[in-house]
Amino acid sequence: MGETLLEKVWRAHTVRTLPNGQTQLFIGLHLVHEVTSPQAFDMLRARGWRVSRPDRTFATVDHIVPTKDQRRPFLDVMAEDMMSALERNCRDYGIPMADLSSGRQGIVHVIGPELGLTQPGMTIACGDSHTSTHGAFGAIAFGIGTSQVRDVLASQTLAMSPLKVRRISVEGTLGRGVYAKDVILEIIRRLGVQGGVGYAYEYAGPVVERMTQDERMTICNMSIEGGARAGYVNPDETTFRYLEGRPFSPRGDAFERAVQWWASMASDRNATYDDEVTLDGATIRPTVTFGINPGQSVAVDERIPSPTDVPPQERTSLAEALEFMGLAPGAPIAGTPVDVAFIGSCTNARLSDLREAARIVTGRHVAPRVRGLVVPGSQAVSHAAEREGLDRLFRDAGFEWRGAGCSMCLAMNTDRLEGREICASSSNRNFKGRQGSPTGRTLLMSPAMVAAAAIAGEVVDVRTMIPAPESPAVR
Amino acid sequence: MSAVDRVSGRALPMRGDSIDTDRIMPARFLRAITFTGLEAHLFEDDRREADARANAGNGKPHPFSDPAYAGATVLLVNANFGCGSSREHAPQALHRWGIRAVVGESFSEIFFSNSVALGVPCVAVSRDAAGALMTLVEKDPATIVDVSLSDMRVSAGGTSHPIALPASARASFLTGHWDATGLLLREPEAIARVAGALPYVTGF
Ligand code: SF4
Repeated sequence: MGETLLEKVWRAHTVRTLPNGQTQLFIGLHLVHEVTSPQAFDMLRARGWRVSRPDRTFATVDHIVPTKDQRRPFLDVMAEDMMSALERNCRDYGIPMADLSSGRQGIVHVIGPELGLTQPGMTIACGDSHTSTHGAFGAIAFGIGTSQVRDVLASQTLAMSPLKVRRISVEGTLGRGVYAKDVILEIIRRLGVQGGVGYAYEYAGPVVERMTQDERMTICNMSIEGGARAGYVNPDETTFRYLEGRPFSPRGDAFERAVQWWASMASDRNATYDDEVTLDGATIRPTVTFGINPGQSVAVDERIPSPTDVPPQERTSLAEALEFMGLAPGAPIAGTPVDVAFIGSCTNARLSDLREAARIVTGRHVAPRVRGLVVPGSQAVSHAAEREGLDRLFRDAGFEWRGAGCSMCLAMNTDRLEGREICASSSNRNFKGRQGSPTGRTLLMSPAMVAAAAIAGEVVDVRTMIPAPESPAVR
Repeated sequence: MSAVDRVSGRALPMRGDSIDTDRIMPARFLRAITFTGLEAHLFEDDRREADARANAGNGKPHPFSDPAYAGATVLLVNANFGCGSSREHAPQALHRWGIRAVVGESFSEIFFSNSVALGVPCVAVSRDAAGALMTLVEKDPATIVDVSLSDMRVSAGGTSHPIALPASARASFLTGHWDATGLLLREPEAIARVAGALPYVTGF
């Protein structure tokens, strides 16, 4: 009988079965950032342990970096402290680091793939829930807490319970103006924010097969928003072509051998799944969240549901969401005024995302009341975008063009919402207070939809603003 | 490390589904290189909002501000508790505040495993049982809630409900091996063998 990619990767990385029945799993790549690691390094020091495999560990700084003035020491004393702690830890333990002067710094889930560190068939762990992003390459990648960061630093392994696999096939084709972000928002809306607990999601079907690596990353990134700790796409020619020539990719003959091994790790045709779900891509429309969890969304041409429309167990949370958001049940989501437009985050701040958003803003201007912010996912994205002149397009349209980092996705630096501002955001979480103001409100959508909202000053259907040719997923 | 087979004490009811770790510990309090003092900021934004309403004569204060629940060791929750960000700051703060067990309908996986690493069991009960326990404690905050991992039951005020906990986590608590690092370091040759057989580790 065939095996899924998850089963193959799991088997290849199993060290032993622990006394409690869990698997001790070897971790092929451990990504480290400044927020969830300092305490782990302290625990390591306290116990007198070394870092087991600094050569399989890689660090960068993303969450707290200022995106405006990046001169050291940072004006923000706490940010400077966290930055220097990571630098010291990397120095002490011989861990390679992409710092601000490297030209390679950026959001950990953007730089891993970009540098070719992320490869098919690997196990990847990071003290960050969006580690699922790396699954786009056919890796099994998941987020861990700080105690587990300590475990991986010390042993390069983790104690893990096996995951079930749900195959999610997206059939058909996507319509114009419908992006990977809309696909994953629709999946979460259908299966719920806890539908994936206990599962890894395997994204498949013609729509996913035609997607670029960037688009697959957007989908895998938000697996965790659906409750799935990991999500992956089987590696294929698109994956291999993406990886060729990246700084940490194998070269020459080794690359050819790597491709063979990578391809062999894909799920077999006759693999069996614990669950299978099918979606018709043609029915997916540009999607916007209206609530306080990523499952609370509607298509841009739909109305906000009212508590009587939903099953009884969802009523309380829907009522709470509508109250917090100040949105009326039954009102159309289109036309909701926005104060801030944020294009950024590990979900949607890669070059292709910026290109799509730039297409919308070209020759137009951000609405008078709206504060627009573009924060590239990495220095490499930023430089590439500048070479294409995207920075100028955004600036001319009235956006601020910033340095790379997490920025307003979680507002650990000074980029944040004020008061009850509403933000059209290309990020992944609309939790209460997520963007820095306890009463600030977030509407999640694709970067093109954010661009459209910035121009219109309100939520608007990007399909009415999109110039030809078609969006990348349609090609 | 000591075994965890029973947690018994007063409880704190925290109603609501899908309470995320951003709400438990807002990101601005992650701006530090230690976990020290985090407990002071548990649910800070939610608390401020609920407490302001309560002061205006509108509803009750947030459970984590309510003196009636001070000193609670058992946290009662609904479904999908601890979803979202992987920040261990959330369970760390709960632990530092005094929480030693969480009883609820379901938990996010990362929150669950972070709690295991701190020796805090998250045990699952039915929606009805979660509701009944919360009502009991809201009526009488002095109620002792007793979580037993040997009997796999939670008891309070003369009622008793079955609890669920994955066998592996239960074994870790009962044997005192919930901090996994020691176990993981035990067989370095086995680790080296697996690493040596992975083509991407050996350079293809
Ligand atoms: S961009 Fe947002 S979601 Fe992604 S790693 Fe940074 S803070 Fe987390």
